[in-house]
Amino acid sequence: MRIVCPFCGERDAAEFSYGGDATRLRPDEADADSGRWCDYVFRRDNPRGWHHEYWQHLHGCRAWLYVNRNTATHEIREVRMAEEHVARLRQEASE
Amino acid sequence: MRRGPWRLERGGIGIDRSRPLTFSWNGRPLSGQAGDTLASALLANGKRVVARSFKYHRPRGIYTIGSEEPGALVTLGSGARRDPNRKAPDVALHEGLQAVAQNCWPSPRLDLMSVNGLFAPFFVAGFYYKTFMRPASWWEPVYERFIRRAAGLGRLSDAPDPDAYVRAEASCDVLVIGAGMAGLEAARTALRSGARVMLVEERDWLGGRLGLEPAQVDDRPATAWVAHVAEELGAAERASVLTRTSAFGLYDHGMVGLVETLRPQSEQGLARQRYWKVRARQIVFATGALEQPLAFAGNDLPGVMLSGAVRGYVHRYGVAAGRRVLVAANEGSGVETALQLCDAGVEVAGVVDSRPDNQCKPAAALDERGIPYYPGHALVRALGWQQVRGARIAPLGNEGPMPAGLQTIRCDAIAVAGGWQPALHLQCHLGGRPPFDPERGIFIPPSLPDGHHHAGACAGVAAADAVRQSGRRAGADAAAACGFAPAVRANSSLHGDNSMAWGASDRLRIVPAIDGGKRFIDLQHDVTVDDVALAHREGYRSVEHLKRYTTLGMGTDQGKTANMLGLHALGEVAGVSAGEAGTTTFRPPYVPVAAGAIAGSERGQRFRPWRRSPVESWHRAAGADMITAGAWHRPRVYPQPGEPSSRAVSREAAHVRAAAGIVDVSTLGKIALVGPDAPEVVNRFYANGMKTLPPGKARYALMLRDDGLVMDDGTVARLGEQRYLLTTTTAHAAEVLSRIEFLLATAWVDLDAMVASVSDHWATFAIAGPRSREVLAAAFPDRDVSDAAIPFLAVREARFEGLECLIMRNSYSGERAYEVYVPADWGQAFWERALAVGADYDLRPYGTEAMGVLRIEKGHVAGPELDGRVTAEDIGLGRMTRRRKPCVGGVLRDRPALQAAARPRLVGLTPLDARAALQAGALLRATGKTGPEAVAGHVTSVADSPECGSVIALGMLAHGDQRHGEVIEAWDGLADRVIPVRVGPSVFVDPQGSRLHG
Repeated sequence: MRIVCPFCGERDAAEFSYGGDATRLRPDEADADSGRWCDYVFRRDNPRGWHHEYWQHLHGCRAWLYVNRNTATHEIREVRMAEEHVARLRQEASE
Repeated sequence: MRRGPWRLERGGIGIDRSRPLTFSWNGRPLSGQAGDTLASALLANGKRVVARSFKYHRPRGIYTIGSEEPGALVTLGSGARRDPNRKAPDVALHEGLQAVAQNCWPSPRLDLMSVNGLFAPFFVAGFYYKTFMRPASWWEPVYERFIRRAAGLGRLSDAPDPDAYVRAEASCDVLVIGAGMAGLEAARTALRSGARVMLVEERDWLGGRLGLEPAQVDDRPATAWVAHVAEELGAAERASVLTRTSAFGLYDHGMVGLVETLRPQSEQGLARQRYWKVRARQIVFATGALEQPLAFAGNDLPGVMLSGAVRGYVHRYGVAAGRRVLVAANEGSGVETALQLCDAGVEVAGVVDSRPDNQCKPAAALDERGIPYYPGHALVRALGWQQVRGARIAPLGNEGPMPAGLQTIRCDAIAVAGGWQPALHLQCHLGGRPPFDPERGIFIPPSLPDGHHHAGACAGVAAADAVRQSGRRAGADAAAACGFAPAVRANSSLHGDNSMAWGASDRLRIVPAIDGGKRFIDLQHDVTVDDVALAHREGYRSVEHLKRYTTLGMGTDQGKTANMLGLHALGEVAGVSAGEAGTTTFRPPYVPVAAGAIAGSERGQRFRPWRRSPVESWHRAAGADMITAGAWHRPRVYPQPGEPSSRAVSREAAHVRAAAGIVDVSTLGKIALVGPDAPEVVNRFYANGMKTLPPGKARYALMLRDDGLVMDDGTVARLGEQRYLLTTTTAHAAEVLSRIEFLLATAWVDLDAMVASVSDHWATFAIAGPRSREVLAAAFPDRDVSDAAIPFLAVREARFEGLECLIMRNSYSGERAYEVYVPADWGQAFWERALAVGADYDLRPYGTEAMGVLRIEKGHVAGPELDGRVTAEDIGLGRMTRRRKPCVGGVLRDRPALQAAARPRLVGLTPLDARAALQAGALLRATGKTGPEAVAGHVTSVADSPECGSVIALGMLAHGDQRHGEVIEAWDGLADRVIPVRVGPSVFVDPQGSRLHG
């Protein structure tokens, strides 16, 4: 698998480390609703197919990235800086 | 120069007759030619029995001309370099090569274990399962040893592999696997389109079958065409060609594993093999086809060889498989084989063609050469004891071969043509099953995800023109899929090439044994047609069960010449076609791969990169007993000559409390945090209140995970308004840094702050003990180190040799103590200076073990307590971290289960017997209670405390905070010991903390 880092270009997957599910927006620390936190921390799908994920370019620029990856084939459709993805999720949440 | 007795006078496009090579076979010197393989050189020297089989120890000869070889397994090298089970046709000959026959004693021709063959009726399929059943206790001591000695292939060396290996990663647009005609065309076409191309070939030359038999391409000899294409590929910067490189595994997303043989053994540190991980956008399979054998009695005798191999040895190596060769075929190529052999000067005893008379074309060319032709006949039995001496053939009637017509033909080699099968192993590694094409009687490639292409014989294409076209089309398609405009317009009308006979689907593959004898399917594992029938009778109907019960196809050759025949045999007894019988699962590796190649250079000392404290060499020179902690080597203790290490630990710990000690804690994780919002970041990240931490002060702090459990602990030092130094434990340094980066990038995107690891920037030492301030004053003579200048938990700048350092006053031992941060390159200089000036105050180094004793005496938690299952409350830090402020993990820590009163809580434990052999991990339970329900906690850390004069321990105990004074027991199940212990507070020494200021 190869991931196109927005800063470093196309690099081998060995340089990156997986950083979890990127489908949900993380609640604010000030949000005292434990239900929302439980949703965020524990309730995750484990899909076969397309998935939203965070990856870190650990052995490169250390940037946190959003990666849209197919868990069955390792095909990658989109890579962005994580904060762009978060902005998108926030936009969706506010709509 | 003396040529071997079987070497022909002329011919041999692959050998250089002017360059003889000497090699040794079973300890005797033999001669071959440059360009030979071990197999061709052995044949040239008339060595026909080169191995013994797995079960019956039957003689085995050379059967094929490639990595599909099932029988001719030899051991190369000796001593630590012993390399067993190498396939003779797959070994390039080189000067000084040492090879020995394996699985036989004393020699391959006279093998005493061949007595197994006499008991063959007992060694049928499932023999082990049936025989070695009872008593069960006999398995390991008796049966297994017996089986190991009697059966089995070559032996590995017990010594460490002395050769070096390397690993490489590569990527390309188009990876072409196989450099026959189709692969060369595919690679060239893709290259011309503009793609970056890799072409890999398992032999050490290009051309595939073009290098094994006479052929013309573009009206010139095939070798000239191959050289021309190779030149074009070699000159292109965007192309790389790897020979002697096997693609052994296909994995997801275009990843292919290759193993490249660089040299027979390491020389001057250069690697023997290279393991490649190639990530290709597009893959073209041009893996060719494998010729399949026929099952007739005695078909395993040395001298029986696949017909393509017989032709190849003549054409490429100028070696005859025999002096008088009989050709046995069930398809049209038999005649061609006979003509090629005859024209090369090899006598042909005849062509036995099992096709019905009406399918056999009149063979005028055979008549001209005086070669007898037996259409409508089958070869029933090969004759001979050690090797082929003749053959029995019979005409075929409606019921098969007719005993009445049996006749004997004198010959010393038999060229067998059972039809070809596309090589689909790699293509099936992703889990696909190849469909069966009943018309052509072959399995064809499975459907694969986008990005995989097939070309040439492996795609079921056989005629030369069609093979070229399919190669070009695959190369153009692959390049186009990468976005390159095709350089050549491939002819797309060549669909479904059926022009070349793959052979009739109803061809005769398994010849009835009308004349007795064993018909072998798997030459490596000695599986016969009768074994397959027996397995079926006993209920092993599925092909997967058949495989496991008979071990068919489970050898080092993965059944490349056995599986097809096995499926046909199963189909025959089950009354279905081979396609309906189905295939087994194909798994990597396609060819055996040395474990050393996969490990590469990452073994022994280089298993992973070591991280080194700047003072490591000093510790070693001082005789420290080193211990590995993660990727670090740390000084455990500095024993004096003759001093037992346990006593040395106590001595060091006591010395810290009596005078002063210095310990290297450079391994701690250190993170710099800067930015206008840095105060907000620490306040959210740590469970403690951090808003009130002023510049110049440090605070012990706990960080939680999102689920509310403790992740790690450390100190937060505020160096300036917007500048912090965070420390972590050695083990969690990387994880904590990544976590802060994650939060800044995905959650706190509006906070303006940055983090960077400074773990390697600072060497860090803790100077502890009542005299530590005097030591500090001596080490920093220009600095005021009074309590007014550096109060408890202050962090201050200082200078050493003009360099900026930090002094942080905190304590892990409970004594007055200072942590000194020195730029790493000056770490050792400072360490030595501190010890030199500290000598006046009796400063001595102490190791991590004494550090552990001191922290246990003070009840400080560390890794064994912070095991990922504890809350802040569990370790008694609930109040410190219970601030009314939002922080990571702040919400979920309040889940009812995490606040339950019955949770194990941190306690101190003192055994009633001060010298008890208490071990961490022992389980805690009420006295006299047994069983799993009684377990109420466990011992986490144990120390032999000089201060307490006793063994002491920390543990986690249910309701522990309310059970002080109670006597319970610690049950060590491994040592089967029960030790009574008294529960108490976790702080054993100086609970008031007065020594911090002492």
